Amino acid sequence: MAHIELRELCAYRSGDKGDIADIAIFADDAETYALIVREVTAERVRGHFGSMVRGDVVRYEAPNVWALNFVLREALGGGGPRTLRSDSLGKTLGGALVRMEIEVPEELAGYRRARPDVAWAQAILDEAATTPPA
Amino acid sequence: MSDRDGAIKIAGGQGFYGDTPRSVEGLLEEGIDYLCLEALAELTLAILQKDRQRDETLGFTRDLPRYLGAALPAIAAGSTKVITNAGGINPISAARAAVETARELGVSGITIATVTGDDLMPRMDEIGPGLTNLDTGEAFASLAEPPRFAAAYLGARPIIDALAQGADIVITGRVADAALFLAPLAYEYGWEADDWDRLAAGTVVGHLLECSGQVAGGNFSGEWWTVPHPWDLPYPIAEVAPDGSAVITKPRASGGRVDLDTVRHQLLYEVHDPAAYLSPDVVADFTSARFTDLGDDRVAVTDVRGRPATYTYKALLAHHAGWAAEAKVAFSWPNATEKAEVAAAIFVKRVEQAGHEVREWCFERWGVDALGGPTVPPTDAEPPEVVMRVAWRCDDQRTAAAVAREMTPLTLSAPPAGLTGMGRGGATGASELLTIWPTLVDKSSVDPHVSVTVEEV
Repeated sequence: MAHIELRELCAYRSGDKGDIADIAIFADDAETYALIVREVTAERVRGHFGSMVRGDVVRYEAPNVWALNFVLREALGGGGPRTLRSDSLGKTLGGALVRMEIEVPEELAGYRRARPDVAWAQAILDEAATTPPA
Repeated sequence: MSDRDGAIKIAGGQGFYGDTPRSVEGLLEEGIDYLCLEALAELTLAILQKDRQRDETLGFTRDLPRYLGAALPAIAAGSTKVITNAGGINPISAARAAVETARELGVSGITIATVTGDDLMPRMDEIGPGLTNLDTGEAFASLAEPPRFAAAYLGARPIIDALAQGADIVITGRVADAALFLAPLAYEYGWEADDWDRLAAGTVVGHLLECSGQVAGGNFSGEWWTVPHPWDLPYPIAEVAPDGSAVITKPRASGGRVDLDTVRHQLLYEVHDPAAYLSPDVVADFTSARFTDLGDDRVAVTDVRGRPATYTYKALLAHHAGWAAEAKVAFSWPNATEKAEVAAAIFVKRVEQAGHEVREWCFERWGVDALGGPTVPPTDAEPPEVVMRVAWRCDDQRTAAAVAREMTPLTLSAPPAGLTGMGRGGATGASELLTIWPTLVDKSSVDPHVSVTVEEV
C-alpha cells in the first residue's frame, strides 16, 4: 500500500450554514469513489481538522456524482457574522481537507493530478506592470 | 432531450450581494424568459440589518437598481420577467427603488409585485417562546436580548401568486434561494403543490443556478486554470422542460465552462444531507439526479425525485454578539514566524497593561497556517515572510477600537522590521458581531401573514 494526498484524487468545494461547514469532495470515477468511501471517514476528517472543529462531523454519500459530503458542526468560530477568523465562511476548508493523506493501492503511488500552468496570467501581469504611468 | 424548443429558459443573474450586473446583458441576448437574482446569503441579512439600523428606508440590497437598469428594456418589451429576493429585510423599500428606477428610465406599463410576510419580528412575542436553535438546541427563552432580525425562508407559492397576478418584476424578502427559480417553472407549467418529483427537479435547477458563476467555472477546483476567458465568466441558464428535466448551459458568447464537473460540484455546495435537501416546497433527493454531459457547455439533469415538504419553514434570527476589530503586522526572513509570534505576545501584554478587556483572541500566521490551521503539516522550511493577523472581540465598540491602537507602537518596539498598519487605509475600525440563530417555525404560523402587493408603473 502507498500513501498520497487526497488532492491527487479529488476536487472539492466548501461553504457554510451558520457555524456549520459543508465540505464536498469529488472523485473522478467509480473506482476512486469506492476508495474514498473506504478511506475518508467522518472520524478521520474530524481528526484532520483538530482544534478547528469543535462539534461532530457527519458524512453523507452521493454516489450519483461520486462525491462525499461532510457536515462539520461548530466549525467556523461561531459562524459568518460572529467569527474572528479571516475565512468566516469556510470557503478554504475544502482545500484544507484534500491535504489529508490516505492509503491507496500500490499502483497509485506517485500519482499526481495536473499542476496549474498559468503562463497566460503571468503575461497579463507583466504587460500591466510594464505599462508606463499615464 | 435534443429538442429544447419550447423549453422555459431561466437564468441566474446574481449569486450574492456584490455580484456584477454586467452578466445580465449576455443572458438577455439568449432570450431568457426569467431572470432570477439571488441576493441573500446568511451574512447578507446581517449586513442589511446594520443598514436598516442606520436608516429605516434601507435593508434591501442596494445594487438592485443597477440590475433592473440592465434588465428593464427587456422587461418593458415583455420578453423577460425578473424575480429577486433583493428585498432583504425591507422588500417594500426595495419595490420603491424599483419603481423609481423604472420612472428614471422612462419605462411604464409594467407590474411590480412585492412579497412580504417572511419578517417574523412583528410577531416575535407570539412566535419566539416556541422556538429552539436548530443546531444547538438552545431555547429562545434563554437569549439575553431580542433578535436584530428574524426571517423565515418562504417558498415558491407567493411568487407563483405574484406571477399569476401579472407581475413583470417580483421582489421578495427572505425566500429560499432555489424557490426563486422553482416558482416560474411551477407557474408556467402548472405544477401542483404536491407534484413532488417536479418540484424537486425545479429545486435542483434553482440550486444549480443560484450561485451565478459558480456552476460555470467560477470557484472551480478542477483544472481551474484551463477555464476559458475567466474574466468573461458567464452566468448560467437552464432550459427546463414540462417534466422538470433540464439542460444547464451558458451564453454562447462568453468564457467559462459548463460540464459534468462544474455542475456536480455545485450540486453539493452548502448542502447537508444530499438525499434530503429540505426546501420550503419539497424535500429533494439530490442523489437521485442523473447528469449527462451533452458537450458544448450543456449538461442534462434528469430523474430527480422528491418527497413531501415538511410542516416547517427554516428561519434565521440574529443576535448582538459584541464588537470585533483586527490588525496586521508583517515580518521578513529570517525567523519571520518567531518574530510574528513575539510581536503578537507583546501586543497582548500591552493591551492587558492598557486595561482593555478582550473576550476572545484570534491569531493567524499568514504565510504559515492562517487558513489551514492544524491541517497544515509542520515543516522546517522558513517562510520568506509572515503576516501576523490578530483579531479580537470586546463587549463594546470603543474598547474594540482602542485595542487596535496598541499595535502601532510595535513599529519601533518589537522584533526587527515589523511593518504595522499594513496597506493604505490603515485600521478598519470596530464592527459589530452577530450570532446567527437558525430555527424552525410552523408554516401555519407564517402563511396567514404572507401577502403579495401589486403596483403598476
